[in-house]
Amino acid sequence: MSLSLRLDINGEPRIVEIDDPRITLLDLLRERLALTGAKKGCDRGQCGACTVLVDGRRINSCLTLAVSLDGAEITTIEGLAGDGGVGGERLHPVQAAFIRHDGFQCGFCTPGQIMSAVGLLAEGHAGADPERVRELMSGNLCRCGAYRGITEAVLDAIAAEAGAAREDAA
Amino acid sequence: MPLDSPAPIAPYPRHGSNSGQPLTRRDGELKVTGRATYAADNHPADLLYAVTAVSSIARGRVTALDVAAAKAHPGVVEVFTPANRPPLAHDPDVKLGMFGFRIEVLQDDGVRYVNQPIALVVAETLEAAVEGAALLNQQYEAQPARTGLDDGERYAPAAVGVGAPAHTAYGDLDAGFAAADQIVETDITTPAQFHNAMEPHSVVAQWDGDDHLTLDMGNQALVMSRDAYAVYFGIPAQNVLIRSPFLGGGFGSKAILNGPQILAILAARQLKRPVKLALSRAQMYGPVGHRGRTWQRLRLGLDGEGRITALHHQSTAATSSFEDFLEPAASASLHAYASPAILAETQGLRLDTGTPGPMRAPGEASGSAALEVAIDAAADACGMDPLEFRLLNYAETEPGTGRPYSSKALRECYSEGAKRFGWAGRPLQPRQMRDENGMLVGWGMGTALFPCPHFPAEARATLRADGTALVETAGVDMGQGAWTALAQIAAEALGLDPEQVEFRSGVSDLPDAGVAGGSGHTASAGLALHNAGEDAIARLAELAGADPASPLFGAGNIGVVARAGRLHRRDDEGRSESYADILARTGKSMVVGTGRMARDDAAAQAWAMYSNGAVFAEVKVDPDLGVVRVTRLVGAFAAGRIINPRLVRSQYYGGMIWGLSFALHEAAQTDRRTGRIMNADLSEYRVPVNADVPSVEAILVPEEDRYVNPLGIKGVGEIGVTGTVGAIANAVRHATGVRVSRFPIRIEDLL
Repeated sequence: MSLSLRLDINGEPRIVEIDDPRITLLDLLRERLALTGAKKGCDRGQCGACTVLVDGRRINSCLTLAVSLDGAEITTIEGLAGDGGVGGERLHPVQAAFIRHDGFQCGFCTPGQIMSAVGLLAEGHAGADPERVRELMSGNLCRCGAYRGITEAVLDAIAAEAGAAREDAA
Repeated sequence: MPLDSPAPIAPYPRHGSNSGQPLTRRDGELKVTGRATYAADNHPADLLYAVTAVSSIARGRVTALDVAAAKAHPGVVEVFTPANRPPLAHDPDVKLGMFGFRIEVLQDDGVRYVNQPIALVVAETLEAAVEGAALLNQQYEAQPARTGLDDGERYAPAAVGVGAPAHTAYGDLDAGFAAADQIVETDITTPAQFHNAMEPHSVVAQWDGDDHLTLDMGNQALVMSRDAYAVYFGIPAQNVLIRSPFLGGGFGSKAILNGPQILAILAARQLKRPVKLALSRAQMYGPVGHRGRTWQRLRLGLDGEGRITALHHQSTAATSSFEDFLEPAASASLHAYASPAILAETQGLRLDTGTPGPMRAPGEASGSAALEVAIDAAADACGMDPLEFRLLNYAETEPGTGRPYSSKALRECYSEGAKRFGWAGRPLQPRQMRDENGMLVGWGMGTALFPCPHFPAEARATLRADGTALVETAGVDMGQGAWTALAQIAAEALGLDPEQVEFRSGVSDLPDAGVAGGSGHTASAGLALHNAGEDAIARLAELAGADPASPLFGAGNIGVVARAGRLHRRDDEGRSESYADILARTGKSMVVGTGRMARDDAAAQAWAMYSNGAVFAEVKVDPDLGVVRVTRLVGAFAAGRIINPRLVRSQYYGGMIWGLSFALHEAAQTDRRTGRIMNADLSEYRVPVNADVPSVEAILVPEEDRYVNPLGIKGVGEIGVTGTVGAIANAVRHATGVRVSRFPIRIEDLL
């Protein structure tokens, strides 16, 4: 059995052949497309380490069957930094804020945290309210306990975005 | 100071400004871009996937496995069971050194605990391996599971933790209690807790022939593990290479070999192809260690003024039916408060569980949780403020031994923490404070304490022709920030900026950096790196000093200072030469220095060495629903010299959040009928989420320690757990009037 999927992954249109309907988006990315940034922490949608954006929305890629995504746009942590990838000034503002605020320790949950934060920014529900940020980031576990830095990083990125929006309006 | 104690170590001369700087993590960019590679991210060509089938009973034996059904599934390559498991060179039922626990690797059909591996399925795809394991349809002959105090087998242990005494007595306990005006008793039970590092235990195993093994795995003890794998597979240690550039958390669970990983390595050898195995989250509740349950009782004798006259800490600690690791909880009472008589004793209890192991602050966490509740109860019984009571019973020298402390800024921790928290004016009686929403508000505190173990460690520092350096040690960064802090230490010793230092670590073929554990890695590996750096500089100075063309000619080793990539004459700093110029003129491409961590044994024996701290907690409790929320946590810690305050704060935050988790969240729930863990996942086994931690602060209290080691570094990784558990429980008592007797605190305890 072989299924052909049209996927846009990090801005690149791809035809992906899969031979097994049981393959999750997470396992497709990690084991077949060499995109190992998204992590498998629980495989049950309980930890958030596998968070990616599908059509701009943050989802648990471990709970999503790849076959259900024909035509979808997928953004992973590898697609977040600007062209050329690693290079301080090209980092996405959320990535830079995570470094500045030490919003991680072991780094395993970090790709999921960052993708979740990027999704949160797009949702626009948090405002500058730390309590709402903490609540809306609570689908992403961090066992090292870097929550304070994570919250500060997300608030920082929200403030930067609001500042940029004000400048655009002016 | 005792008269026969060794002279103090001269304060470490600070040549540069690398140490003490709050640098961001050197691996930060790799981690935020997804380019940091963890074990399961590796994907060598021709890879096979392995999945363990695990037992769903806690005791008995496996009577049937439908191997044919599993093998018939498309993609399944092989199924390993006790019938065809390839041989090992070491008997897994024999201990292999201090950290070499007995493990389960399909040596027979016996089942000793739930989630024990009972077969290994290997397939071309992950999906096929998972399905194959499900098709085995195992059948059992089950025996009743022993799950608690009433059915477990009690025994008198030879040791607790890793080789610590199970029974320690100081002074005359009976006399202490006889002299007491009152005796306060406190009972506390603590549950089984699982490390639950975000990264499940994983390995990618590759064999080159039958005797060369490469392992990609998260590992907290690279060289020690390399040696152990070599024994299991009957090959020379130098033929085993472990690569562990990043660990997705360890917390003690990735220092000890486990069955599933050994099985995956065996499968790779047998099938002559690389094999990847990653445990599922549920499978981590069994073969990879946990914090064992305890049942603790503390008795404190108190005189009329509130001084402790006797302290008796008893603990019953659970272990597995086949191996001993007893949470050394009672030991926490040996070091914290002054008392003329102390007895700490532990009884063992055998249950049908996986073997416990060291988990962040092993013993100190559970023991201090109980002790700090008992101290609060004692303060209460004396009608005293909890801080005042602790200051009255302040240990000026180590209780029991009378040894002086190498340094102890605990008073400063108490006062700075209390000030920042706003402790003054706290009402003595419970249920006195409410917030604007009618929530009960309570304030509690706890003393934080953690010893300073060091491990043997070695390092190499190479000054290169271009004036930069390469430093190497088989260290481990599991999130504590070793890649950054250790590089800072090395850079300072070499008189270079961290950017000029290439730091190689995380691979087992480098000089042994010891275990990343016991909060001792920065001190141990750091000292080795420091000494290696100084050795390299000394060799360079020797070259320059012997060269008539050098401005440093005749300076001798003692006469130079290394700074910013140049050696300067100490007596005339204007005379200097760059490392690159020295090397170029002498025609050398490099100079190599080596160093070891070698703590002066006499100093280690003469001084009591601990990191200290004080944690203050505010909780709000819904008076109708009993829901507890920790609204503020303030910790003040003194841990000697701080290499990188940004990273150290993160360690304290993490530790305090672990304390919060211990106090309110974590517990594995065992079904007493079957011995199964009912919440073996990350949803029902609760760990704090972001919303559970509204406010956490850490104060870095300055402390100079001239004895602990020449760098003055203590440990920071585990101490945050210790004071926090009690502080929260005591705050709950202050809010509600309820003194808890078990952790985690549950809503039903407060209604």
